[in-house]
This record gives sequence, C-alpha cells and structure tokens, in this order.
Amino acid sequence: MIILDENTKCVVQGVTGKQGSFHAQEMLKYNTKILAGTSPGKGGQKLGEITVYNSIRETKKELDINASIIFVPAPFAMDAAFEAISQLDIVVIITEHVPVHDSMQIVEYARQNDTIVIGPNTPGIITPGVGKLGIMPTHIFKEGNIGIVSRSGTLTYEVAQQITRAGMGQSTCLGIGGDPIVGMDFADVLQMFEDDNDTEAMVMIGEIGGNAEEKAAEYIAERIQKPVIAYIAGVTAPPGKRMGHAGAIIEGESGTAKSKIKALETAGVQVASRPSEIAGFIKEYL
Amino acid sequence: MKIYEYQAKEIFKKNGIPVPINQLTENGQEAERAAEKIDKSVVLKSQVLVGGRSKVGGIKFADNPSDAHKIADELFQSEIKGEKVDKILVEEKLDIESEFFLSVIMDRSVRKPLIIASTEGGVDIEEIARETPEKLIKYYVNPLEEFFPYQARDIAIEMGVPNHLISQTGIIIWNLFKLFQKYDATIAEINPLAIIPQGLIAADAKLDIDDDALFRQGELITNRSAKKDEFAYVELDGDIAVIGNGAGLTLSGMDMLKLYGGKAATFLDIGGGASKENIARALNIVISNHKVKVVFLNVLGGITRADDVANGVVNVLGSAERKIPLVIRLTGTNEEEGQRILNESGISFEISMEKAASKAVELSSNL
Repeated sequence: MIILDENTKCVVQGVTGKQGSFHAQEMLKYNTKILAGTSPGKGGQKLGEITVYNSIRETKKELDINASIIFVPAPFAMDAAFEAISQLDIVVIITEHVPVHDSMQIVEYARQNDTIVIGPNTPGIITPGVGKLGIMPTHIFKEGNIGIVSRSGTLTYEVAQQITRAGMGQSTCLGIGGDPIVGMDFADVLQMFEDDNDTEAMVMIGEIGGNAEEKAAEYIAERIQKPVIAYIAGVTAPPGKRMGHAGAIIEGESGTAKSKIKALETAGVQVASRPSEIAGFIKEYL
Repeated sequence: MKIYEYQAKEIFKKNGIPVPINQLTENGQEAERAAEKIDKSVVLKSQVLVGGRSKVGGIKFADNPSDAHKIADELFQSEIKGEKVDKILVEEKLDIESEFFLSVIMDRSVRKPLIIASTEGGVDIEEIARETPEKLIKYYVNPLEEFFPYQARDIAIEMGVPNHLISQTGIIIWNLFKLFQKYDATIAEINPLAIIPQGLIAADAKLDIDDDALFRQGELITNRSAKKDEFAYVELDGDIAVIGNGAGLTLSGMDMLKLYGGKAATFLDIGGGASKENIARALNIVISNHKVKVVFLNVLGGITRADDVANGVVNVLGSAERKIPLVIRLTGTNEEEGQRILNESGISFEISMEKAASKAVELSSNL
C-alpha cells in the first residue's frame, strides 16, 4: 500500500458542509481513521462521533493527526489547502473547479513543505481493507496486489471493478485529479508502487489532454521494473473541444490519445484498447 | 474562456501595454467612419475566436475610408473557419520595423507560470521553436514569489533586444505577467509585439481566462452573456448519443462505440451526483438533437446513485418528444434499487459497458 496506511490519521476540512458531512461518515464506515473535522466558527459541535474544531492548529493541540481531506468550496480551497500543507503530511483535495492559479500556488507550497497533495478534483485514495480518503464507492474494491493510478474518477471504478470481478484486488488506488494542474503526477505514484512491497503490478489510466502520460512513459522506460498496463480514454475525441473537465482537451498536436498510446507502447507498456482487457493482461504477468 | 482581441486590447491598454489606435465596428458604415477618424491607412481585423484568421483572409488593409467600407461589407458577409464575423476592429496601420514575441502560459507539467519571449515574432511559437530554438527565452516564475521589474528586464536582455528598447520591453513583460495573474489567465500573449519608430506596441493580443476563476473576475463576466452550463456537452458527427457520469467514462463509452463500428453523436458528461431531474434534462437534450438515432446511457455510480438515474429515465420515457431507442448500462452505488426500478417499468439494461455499446451500434445500424 502507498500513502494511506494504518498510521494515517485524518481531519476533514469542510466537515459541516453537505459533501463533507456525508463523506466523513462514509469514510468512517470503511474504518478510516477520521479523528476530527474542521469548520471555522463551528468548533465544539458534534457530527455523530466526529468532533468539530475551528482550525487544524486547534485540532493538532488535542489530537495526533497527519492527514487532511478537503471538501470546502472552490473559492476557499486554496486557503484550506495552505492551512493543511503547513501542518500535515498528506492533503487530499476533493474540491472541483479550483482556479488554476490557486492550484499552482498550492502545488508550489506543498513542494516547499514536503507535503503530499492529491488533487484537486480527485476521487481521492483508497487502500482496500485499511481505509479511504475519498468519495469512491467501496464495494467494488478488494484487498490485493494491483496498484491503480488514474486521472479519471469513474473510469477508475470501472477498472477496479473489473479487476475485482476477475478475482484479484488492489493494493492502493489513487486518483491524481482531472485538472490541468494537480499535486502528484503519474511518475510520482508509479515510483511509490515500484517501491511498495504489496504491489506486484500497476495499472495507469489516462485520458486526452496535457502530456502527463507521455512523461510517465519516459519515466517508466527508465525507472520502473514492475509490469505496467495502461488504458487511455478519448481515442475518438476531436481536437479543440473540451470533453468534460478542464484537463480533457486536445490542444495542438500533443495531448491526443494516439500520441499517448504510442509513447507508452514505445516504453514497453502494454496498452489495453478496452477496460475489460486489463484484468487479462495482468494475469499474464502474475 | 477565450475573449476577443478587442477585449484583450482594452485590458492590455488599461494595464500599461501600448496598443494601436482602434475602434470596434458592427457594419460597413461604422468601419468607414472609424477609418475617417483614424485618418490614415487602416487594418480591418475580423473579431473571431478561432486562431489563424489572417491565413484565411480575416485581416485586410484599406488605404481610405470608402475602401474600408467596401472591405468591411465583404468581411461581414464572410465566415472564418465556420465562425460568422459580427464585429470588426478598425485599427491604424502600423509602420513596423521588426517584431518580437511575448507569451505567458501555465506549464501543465512543471506546474508554474512560464514566460516565453523571442526577438523573432510574427510567426507561430512552434515555428520559432523549430527554426531558431536558441532565440526562444523561457523563464519560470515561482507562483508564491513576487515577480520584479528587474527580472523582466533580465529576460529582455537575454532576448538580445537592443539597448534602447530594454527598459520598455521589460515593462511590457512585467505588465503582461501581472495581468496574467490579475485576470486569472491561462494564456496572455502578444504576437507580434511590433517595433515602430515611436517604440513598442502590441499589434495583436490574446487572452484566455480560466473558467473556474470567473467568480472573481466580475469585470469580464459583464462582457459575457452565457450562463454556466449544467453539463459538459459537445456535439459530434455520429448518430449515437453518449451520456456518461464522469469525463473519462464518457470518453471511454465513445471509444467503445468505435470498436463496434459505431460513432458518437454527442459527448454529455452528467458529472458526479446527478439527480433524477439532471438525468431527465440530459436525456431530453440529446433526444431533441435530430441527428441522434440511439441513446447510449453509460452509468457506473459513485456519488451518482443508480436509483436516481433509473427514476430519471422512467420519467423521460413517459414524456419524451420522440420515441428513440435507449440502451442503458447501469451499475454501481444502489444498483439493486436502480435495476429494480427499470425492471418494473419494463426497461432493459446491461451491466457491462462494452455489451451496451455493441447493442447501441447494432440498433443504430438497423435503423
């Protein structure tokens, strides 16, 4: 498993909002160590078994926490992220529609503080059997030895479900986020899976837009020994049109599914043409 | 959000970047009067959002007001790469000695703002990179630190601009970077930055604004009528409407159609957590598109609940404006309940995305 393990103790920022309060309970149901929530001005309230604090600083005075998951609305997400980055080791930003200029500052601040930032615009991270810091449905995951890293939420679920149905399971699944600017890139996560004893093979799920997959391909060729299977969505997407979230747009010649698939195949990565092929490819390696 | 050249130039001017004397016009007569007022040769620039307009005749020169009238009339009748010309910017013709290139973009992989500058302007950045890469200066700005005018001058010096232009180039680079931040731009570009006898001037202006930052860009929103769309919706060439929850899954659904020989007519991402009303509206949007012969609804519920989807489908099928085959893939959160609702209404569904895609293609080719 990577990042999220038995020692991850988390606070939920924006815990009194609709999404925050719902998912805090869902994460608890999955036995995640959710120790507290924050919401400025609402300190002292109780949400089920979760105590609300005014700030992370206040929470840290009483509780031993090292991670945060952020549900606050986009205009306030940067401030919440800075608060968490300055005091914790792991920060998951679920919030969608964070301005890219804010994201650039968040990522730089995380770099300076040596903090892991997942997202923004991510479904989060799940280590089956241990916990989840995220919004994914849990029943499709199972403990196992496949690491999944993805830019897309529902497509991660699609692939995880197929792997589970094929009788295998996942070490950790991590969504890096669908925005143009995110905290972790594919290479960061692939390296962690490479170093993780519980992971035997990895699945990388990409989509059109940007050059993260091409960069990952170069990295895999140089540094990754364990098998990697990739799937890229958007082979039939036309250029110049934004398909869904801000990351998924083909601009100029780079960013097409074709260019990504070619780069990955050149790096020796097996690229599935449909999600249902992935489980079969993994079985060939293990 | 892309904005028009004339809007970008207003913003540039307000933020200390010199722009040519110009006037926005909406018909031939206005163009003639604008040319009279400018009182020299003018350039007529079609205001469209597509790039490369000069290569397809979107920019024309006129030596006198009556020519300006005639040429403007022609441009107003034309389309630039499919975009109708509603506005023309009439601008003084510049006496250009040479041209620089200046751009600020967000670099997705380095995750920082990047200033790109060159003394070889007037052409595409790709061309500069290919022909004279040594003349392309790249400078990353730390988004948490102040960017100072002396750093902008250093860029100008590294570009190799002549001594008498270093200060002015520096100020323009600095102002361009500041407005890139102030307006939440994803790109701010001057190409060409023209050198005329009086100094430097932005002959063209490009500014794209981050859609996600519009909530704090009040000045720009007043320029804009469109409200935020409920769905990410794109129309395509085929005849099968693809609706999915999440961009990746929707894209994947389109790709699956192709594997079975079909083609998507729409990309419609309902996003996460759609209600039954959202589902109903999404279905009605594609049903009212008459190119659509079959609808392929591809849902794997995460935050989206399968029972909400099923209820949305049942509501629409009772009241849709035309009968159209609907292939549903429904699984994920609350799938038992969702599948029960569909069964009770006699609506069939699939569990597998690929099976549903192949069925959609089969139906569309039989129609």
